[in-house]
Amino acid sequence: MLSFNLLVAVCLAYVVLLFLIAFAAERQAATGDRPWLRSPLVYTLSLSIYCTAWTFYGAVGYAARSGLEFLTIYLGPTIVMLAWWGLLRKLVRIGRTERITSIADLVSSRYGKSTLLGVLVTLIALIGTTPYIALQLQSVTLSFAVFTEGGAENLNATALWCAAGLALFTIVFGTRKLDVNERHHGVVAAIALEAVVKLFALLAVGIFVVFFVASGPGDIIGLIDASPIDVWDLQPERWMTLTFLAGAAFLCLPRMIHVMVVENADERHLTTASWAFPLYLFLMSLFVVPIAVVGLAMMPIGANPDLFVLTVPLALDRDGLAMLAFLGGFSSATSMVIVAAIAVSTMVSNHIVMPIWLRSARSGATVSGDLRQVVLVARRVTIAAVLLLGYLYYRLSGGGAALAAIGLISFAGVAQVLPALLGGIFWRGATRVGAAAGVIVGFTIWAWTLFLPSFGETGVIGAAVLAEGPWGIGGLRPYALFGIEGLDPVVHSVVWSMSFNTLAFLLGSFLSFPTPLERLQGASFVNALSPGRGARSWAVSAAGAEELLVMSQRIVGGRDAQALFEAEAADQGKEGYLPEVTPEFLERLERMLAGSVGGATAHAMVAQITGGASVSVDDLMKVADEAQQIMEQSARLEAQSAELGRTAQQLRVANEKLMSLSVQKDAFLSQISHELRTPMTSIRSFSEILRQSEGLAPEERQRYAGVIHDEALRLTRLLDDLLDLSVLENGQVTLNTREASLDAVISGALVAAGAEEQGLKVVRDAGAADIRIVTDPDRLSQVFINLISNARKYCDAEAPTLSIVTRDLGDRVIVDFIDNGSGVPGRAQELIFEKFSRLSDQKAAGSAGLGLAICREIMGRLGGSIRYLPGQGGGAFRVSIARAGLRAA
Amino acid sequence: MAREVRPLFLARQSYRRRRLMDIARLMPFLGAFGFLLPVLWAGSARTSSGMIYLFAVWGLLILGLALMAGPISRAEAEPDESGRDGHEETEEP
Repeated sequence: MLSFNLLVAVCLAYVVLLFLIAFAAERQAATGDRPWLRSPLVYTLSLSIYCTAWTFYGAVGYAARSGLEFLTIYLGPTIVMLAWWGLLRKLVRIGRTERITSIADLVSSRYGKSTLLGVLVTLIALIGTTPYIALQLQSVTLSFAVFTEGGAENLNATALWCAAGLALFTIVFGTRKLDVNERHHGVVAAIALEAVVKLFALLAVGIFVVFFVASGPGDIIGLIDASPIDVWDLQPERWMTLTFLAGAAFLCLPRMIHVMVVENADERHLTTASWAFPLYLFLMSLFVVPIAVVGLAMMPIGANPDLFVLTVPLALDRDGLAMLAFLGGFSSATSMVIVAAIAVSTMVSNHIVMPIWLRSARSGATVSGDLRQVVLVARRVTIAAVLLLGYLYYRLSGGGAALAAIGLISFAGVAQVLPALLGGIFWRGATRVGAAAGVIVGFTIWAWTLFLPSFGETGVIGAAVLAEGPWGIGGLRPYALFGIEGLDPVVHSVVWSMSFNTLAFLLGSFLSFPTPLERLQGASFVNALSPGRGARSWAVSAAGAEELLVMSQRIVGGRDAQALFEAEAADQGKEGYLPEVTPEFLERLERMLAGSVGGATAHAMVAQITGGASVSVDDLMKVADEAQQIMEQSARLEAQSAELGRTAQQLRVANEKLMSLSVQKDAFLSQISHELRTPMTSIRSFSEILRQSEGLAPEERQRYAGVIHDEALRLTRLLDDLLDLSVLENGQVTLNTREASLDAVISGALVAAGAEEQGLKVVRDAGAADIRIVTDPDRLSQVFINLISNARKYCDAEAPTLSIVTRDLGDRVIVDFIDNGSGVPGRAQELIFEKFSRLSDQKAAGSAGLGLAICREIMGRLGGSIRYLPGQGGGAFRVSIARAGLRAA
Repeated sequence: MAREVRPLFLARQSYRRRRLMDIARLMPFLGAFGFLLPVLWAGSARTSSGMIYLFAVWGLLILGLALMAGPISRAEAEPDESGRDGHEETEEP
């Protein structure tokens, strides 16, 4: 038998080893060179604080009493680990980007850095953790007791020494400094070592039992079948509830969030942990049933099955193995207590002490002095207080079976945070009101139906209330809410508390409206895995950089604060330590402070200095608007570029036309110069002859003067045409409107054009005979004359013939002029109505190419039109005259 | 917020990556199904066979996770052309 003193010596040696490991890890972390501290293996092992002494010793006892049900405690977390990709990765990412320091901080940050929620979750954590610590102390003292016959008074002393030692370790390595990342390398290294020790111990006992006590797996199966737990007594509602509860607790336990999210050094470690941690749980539970059945078979009736892990090797005189098992249990208890105490103390200091301190100190965050001491002292006191509470709880509850049930009760308590937590990271509609309502309702029901009754009939709730309900109201009996009896107490409590919790959370969220900061945080949490960030939580403010620096120095220390301010100033292109106070800078600063004192406190402190220039609904809308505007702008740009394309096409067409007109104009100018010069030349030469030659015969002089006169007339005509067109185009023409006979107008035009005399045969129908129109007959006649002259001049037939066809269409009258020449080729039909255009170079007629342009202008003024009519076997023009639709110009 | 334009069809490699992530999201449901299945034969099973069943399911799930860990961390390291893998939500103002 091992002596008690030897045991204490080994224990002390082990603790010294832990101190050394932790110290070495801190040293290594301080030098910045920490390859193994950052390994995924250490991260996975640190997660193993889920397996406490309750699971190390208790699982075997649980299996000995209820068979396979103990497995639910491991299957729940396995399911959660299976969801690592969609769930844990998101949690870890949020933890890193928001600098989360605890579960209370996580929930509080999500719901607009709410102090109320931080306090609520901290209280739940405190109430859930204290009995759990008591449970660890109990298991350590019980395991000590195995090695000492009697000496009950020693047990209490052992528990007290144990609590004190743990407090010392936790204070030394958990509150060494106020880190901006809230990471404790020494602690993580120590619990990783402890994880190895407990796994190794349990595996050693298991292998010893299977291969040395029994003769292999086959024999064990036989033993199971022959044991009292041979039939699997599976109670479906308990099986499902406990699996759910274990999974929920794995997510919500303060110590689990601490190692999984807060202490996470690299998000990729989760990839390894996703399979390695379930494997760890698998190995931890693999030999539980074999140890239980071997214990049941060989230990005397009445032996405590919770201690089979120790007593079976001891009974077989394997002292070394028993010592290993003892160290395994010791490791399980201590690692849990250390991390839980750190997590709870962080919460208490950040969410209870700091807000109170901030409120009580009038001048608030701006006074000088090192705040870090306040935070650290708060944490140290909390750690000592939590362990003391645990010890007192252990003493008062008297240990024993009542305490053993506290594990599940504690799980059910912390699980009340689950709806707010999951709702917060997957649903943007979750609000602070909903989260607080859910947590309060769930916590109240849990306390009434599970926690308070756990103190026994002599505790808070008396036997009468348990049996009859408060004030005799049967529907409120703690174990039979709404009169539904016969349920397992844990199932009963979990079903009602979680249902009403979720319901209150949903209703509260539906009916309330979140603050801007809540909405901002909600968006950032829910979209944590998507790149890019939305709005900033600070509006532009007039806060002084110096005040901010003073405050930051007090929280994170001069070195870190100055480094941040200097880097920020350098980014902004300034020298020194005082950057411009931009919203982005405030955001970064708040993040850094949040890493030390929690999101809510950091926000409150920054708000004190900036005068509460927090983001408003308008700012949020602005961000949404900006995104919308960008979309609209791009749509607009697209439309504009299409429009530009069309315009460019039109411009190209117009340009081609202009070019061709320009060419025509050039041709016309040269032609008109020529036209002008020809008469001018003859006028000049004949007038010179008249001046210089004295002896001219009178008839010769007469002839020369006649030539000069004719040429002058020709010039006048040309200039008249140009003037006429210019007047028409400028809209300055005066129309002399009256009623006239179309027949008369055509006849007059024929005479004036002198068509018949020039050998053009004109064929008229009788259609025009009695059509009367209201128009300017002189102008209309001008158009007709022009068309008839054109036919006379350009018709290239042997016997030129012009048909004039008139038709009455009611509101319009159509007059077609069709000759039997070769007509106008297709490509020229577009151009003939343009100014200065001439089809050929036949300039014999003395035309300047203005006739048809004048015609088109006149018809436009008269409210009609003139068009070339293709397909008539010759040149054909259609004049369409409005009957009475004259427009006065 | 503006919804990002996601490509409608993906190249083979990206397609595989997406399906791998689908499996990763499906795993917890698979595990819950396997672990809760014994509820169906409550009362009629023996502890030994129940233990073998549960550990077999457990082992397979761990194996599945371990096999996926490599590819999925590689997939994560490469930038996904969609830029997003979580589900997006739009907040109504």
